[in-house]
Amino acid sequence: MNLSVKIGRLTLQNPVTVASGTFGYGIEYSQLVDLNQLGALAVKGLRLEPVRGNPTPRTVEVTSGLINAIGLQGPGVDGFIRNYWPFLKEFKVPTFINIWGTTVQEYAEVARRFDALGGVGALELNVSCPNLKAGGAQFGTDLNLLSRVVAACRKATKLPLITKLSPNVVSIAPYAKAAEAAGSDALSIMNSFPAMAIDIQTRRPSLANVTGGLTGPCIKPIALKLVWEAAKAVSIPIIGMGGIQSAADAIEFLMAGATAVAVGTANFYEPQTALQVIAGLRQFMQQKGIRDVRQLIGSVQTGK
Amino acid sequence: MVEQTVQIISNERDTDLYFRLVVRAPEIAPLVQPGQFAHVRILPVREALLRRPFSIFQVSGGTLSILYKIIGRGTEVLARMNAGEELSLIGPLGHGFTVPRLAGETPVLVAGGYGMAALYLLAQRSPQKGVVFVGGRRRADILCEEEFRALGWEVRATTEDGSHGEKGLVTQALLTELKRRAPGRKLFACGPTPMLKAVSQLAARFNLPAELSLDEHMGCGIGVCLTCVVPIKAGKSWEYQRACTEGPVFDSQQIAWDAAA
Repeated sequence: MNLSVKIGRLTLQNPVTVASGTFGYGIEYSQLVDLNQLGALAVKGLRLEPVRGNPTPRTVEVTSGLINAIGLQGPGVDGFIRNYWPFLKEFKVPTFINIWGTTVQEYAEVARRFDALGGVGALELNVSCPNLKAGGAQFGTDLNLLSRVVAACRKATKLPLITKLSPNVVSIAPYAKAAEAAGSDALSIMNSFPAMAIDIQTRRPSLANVTGGLTGPCIKPIALKLVWEAAKAVSIPIIGMGGIQSAADAIEFLMAGATAVAVGTANFYEPQTALQVIAGLRQFMQQKGIRDVRQLIGSVQTGK
Repeated sequence: MVEQTVQIISNERDTDLYFRLVVRAPEIAPLVQPGQFAHVRILPVREALLRRPFSIFQVSGGTLSILYKIIGRGTEVLARMNAGEELSLIGPLGHGFTVPRLAGETPVLVAGGYGMAALYLLAQRSPQKGVVFVGGRRRADILCEEEFRALGWEVRATTEDGSHGEKGLVTQALLTELKRRAPGRKLFACGPTPMLKAVSQLAARFNLPAELSLDEHMGCGIGVCLTCVVPIKAGKSWEYQRACTEGPVFDSQQIAWDAAA
């Protein structure tokens, strides 16, 4: 049975990855989860400098979901390389380094730094974080800026580039095409949805940032539709994500056209989710007599 | 840290909205240090996704117990669960209290409400006995007083309505005691944030060391989601540290209370 898939020139042993921001830098979960079983591991978003992040409260639980406004707290490129990379590079599973910046130049500079590091699997360009005053989603919701960021990173590195798109657009197809045309090797679809919650006792927003990004099982059907639309528009592989918590969820994304999937919020409540998805995918293929996972990709039949 | 599916041995009302949950968790219980917590997935709650963090109250062989208050959807469902039903636990988690040494400072414990739960193991494992100050709004909020006495500790209760013990705030009783005698003592506290701030101020005023266990909302519980961050002094500035990983117990002097306001 073949579970391996390709993202650009990178081969993943299986199509199940973990989403940026939901798995730290790998080490945090390493006592509970065998990281070597994963298809790939995306680290939390990094920019050049350390980032303090937003004030608290930063997350709020809602029906079948979670709204977060962390503000990309992180150690910066140097802090990551010093404190986390020595551990992470020992794993055979490819690492997706999620990067962001407040200018096109910063994105390119971070890309150069990781190109020079060696041993990185791919760079995931975060052009879609909804919780930043500068940077993030402004690049992912403007076709011209999106093209410039991707093109600048393309010039800065030979590493596979994955562009993580924002769902907060009227139609995702033009953004998917723009990233492809500018040299992206793959797409991550998608980041969180802008959302909010209010504490009716205090009349205050539940988040200090007022708004945040919605993730978790409640967004899965919306994410699935975006993956399906993007898959029809581009020929580069798509990593589908949004509320995946079971093998059945993951298989839906594959059938919609995703080449790989990422488990996100579910990691927070069930760290074994990604491994359970891999086992369940294997079982499904066995039951259906499917020898190659690639037979599932884009296999949804929408005709009569 | 271990993830384990555990079976409920008992889950009974203590007083009012407080419950005692005992589970068989042989892989987790022997590892527990005072002040650490367990992150509990209440499996029957489908639409509320996240685990809930609880201080580990007592440990006995392969079992551990949790003393909790019904405060929301998760704990409401938990309170209705019965012996034999299953929960998923990750634990023990977090950086707990420093257990006092025989020749070290005399421990003074300060608890607000279910903050008592975080202090029991510390009292049990401390080679030195001391005083426990426990406060609550009313009588029903004063928990496990007799169990601390049974360990040989002196317990002084305060209630805001005067229905039990001395009337007033627990920190007022603490202030009176510290005025009487402060040098050579160390404070250990767990409770609501305003109480912890007051304890922190008293520690500074009397120049005493203090360890505080902060009660923060948590997501993943293991250091990834960055929900439970608290401002901690770093050089001349401050940084966010995680209550689930660097905490929940922090050195009182290191907390930059007003930094993020």
